[in-house]
Amino acid sequence: MAMMKTILARTILAGLPAALALSAQAGEVVPSPEEMWKIIQAQQARIDALETELAETQVETFEVKKGVEAIADATETSGGSGWYNNTQIGGYGELHYEGGAKDELDFHRFVLFVGHDFTENIRFFSELELEHAIAGEGKVGEIELEQVYVEMDIGQNAHVYAGMHLVPVGLLNETHEPPTFYGVERNAVEKNIIPATWWEGGVGINGNVGDSGFSYAAMVSSGLNLNTANGYKIRSGRQKVGIAQFKSQAYSGRLAYSGILGLNIASSIYYQPDVTQKVGDSISGEDVSAFLWESHIDAKYKGFGLRALYANWSLDGAEASVSGRDKQSGFYIEPSYKLGVPMGPLDDAQIGVFYRYSDWDNEAGLDNNTGVKRSVFGVNYWPIDDVVLKMDYIIEDKDSGGASNKSMNLGVGYQF
Amino acid sequence: MRIIRIYLFLICTALIGPFLGANFAHAGDGKEAAAAQVQFLETAFSNDVPGHKTLWIDKALKKDVKKILRHDYGALRVRYWQNGTRTVWVLEEIGKYKPITVGIVINEGAIEKLEVLAYRESHGWEVRHDFFTHQFIGARLPKDKKLDRNVDGISGATLSVRALKKLARLALYFDAQVQTNE
Repeated sequence: MAMMKTILARTILAGLPAALALSAQAGEVVPSPEEMWKIIQAQQARIDALETELAETQVETFEVKKGVEAIADATETSGGSGWYNNTQIGGYGELHYEGGAKDELDFHRFVLFVGHDFTENIRFFSELELEHAIAGEGKVGEIELEQVYVEMDIGQNAHVYAGMHLVPVGLLNETHEPPTFYGVERNAVEKNIIPATWWEGGVGINGNVGDSGFSYAAMVSSGLNLNTANGYKIRSGRQKVGIAQFKSQAYSGRLAYSGILGLNIASSIYYQPDVTQKVGDSISGEDVSAFLWESHIDAKYKGFGLRALYANWSLDGAEASVSGRDKQSGFYIEPSYKLGVPMGPLDDAQIGVFYRYSDWDNEAGLDNNTGVKRSVFGVNYWPIDDVVLKMDYIIEDKDSGGASNKSMNLGVGYQF
Repeated sequence: MRIIRIYLFLICTALIGPFLGANFAHAGDGKEAAAAQVQFLETAFSNDVPGHKTLWIDKALKKDVKKILRHDYGALRVRYWQNGTRTVWVLEEIGKYKPITVGIVINEGAIEKLEVLAYRESHGWEVRHDFFTHQFIGARLPKDKKLDRNVDGISGATLSVRALKKLARLALYFDAQVQTNE
């Protein structure tokens, strides 16, 4: 600093004769060298004072920056560290108008999810559903607890769980929020054959195998309860884990591949040694084992979509054979096309059209024309990703003959 | 007998599970996420990582950020790293229930690299694959704040795909702000 001051003074003094000469030419009063030296000293004192102020200001600025960062840190974490920071809430719902012979309006499902992370590796998840808007003695609806489980991570990409969980089978059983599928109602094959939505109590594991694109799921759980009273119809055998018979547990598993962009293919199996829960077949008295095999594909490419699924049950009981319910199977195929239709503030709006052909038979063990064929075509409109408006037209024909059952249906659904 | 089978199943899964998942680099664990971020930055800047800078989410930015995310950013500022025209952003967005941490490198207004640093959901993990994240390379953000290209989705991972698209747009938007301010 001293060196700089010396250089400054010398520079000014060096230029002084020239400045004095110019001033003299202009006829101004020229200060003496002594007066100039005093002026220079006064200016130097001022420069010193400004330098001190600048240094102090820089220190203050640094302190202010630190303070602002600290306030920002405090503000961004002002929520505290309560349990609520680790708790998540979600849900979905759907209102349906079903035309044709039914001509009904129904708030079909109102669902709330609640999850909580106990630690980074152990969490809880639940799904509570109110079906058909009103529940209670003699009412049309019901309240159902569809999922409640505690899950723990093991390793870097595998999870084990215990509790009530959706059976890992089919396309819709585990992912059925209204904006994720076409059509007002869920497809009939997964409803009547799989039977979605299907949950059991038990333990399981799911995860994926590195970067291979393969994933897996396995579950040991409670199972179906089929008997003479419900006629061995698969959907009627769901116990929903409400004081469920647990005399014959079930084993289910799925292997899936999604290692190519837009492609998901999977196969699932379900095996239960005795679906009568040790009551036995009413004719032979023996256990009635059941085996489900299901495969599906879900492919997307540039707006085009294709979903297809096949599911087949085999039951080995004599009574089931008599009614033809030793074989229960079905399939559907659903091509679709989706495109963006931005309009004003709805700049993410999309519209999709689809056609779905379904064919299923819950008494396929006998050739008694018990199958059902259903064609559905319609449109989904998503004003935003999480809200959907739906319209479809159903034409259903029974193999046994008779007039086609036709209906036009409307729906609105959401998820969050 | 049944109980024994269940216990056997649990023991087997506990033993096999870690082996099956062991070779996957990106987990949701906090320490591993932090390590993944450090590695991402070192790769982006060839092991010469500059000190971080701060972009404050002021009133003007807040409005645009909300339009991109469809909700408030949830913080007052965002930290980033810069060397010339290259900026690096580590951002988070909820997939279905949990935040996905994503590292994004932007150079001269286009995405150079996008990588999922931490994925905490049990479904939708396919978004971590290169076949998905490579779709973002070269993407820019025109005036309408939409990506200049279509990003194909993944079946069963709709919400995770959406989260990554939002973060790609957000990083490009933030990059434009800091480049404009210089």
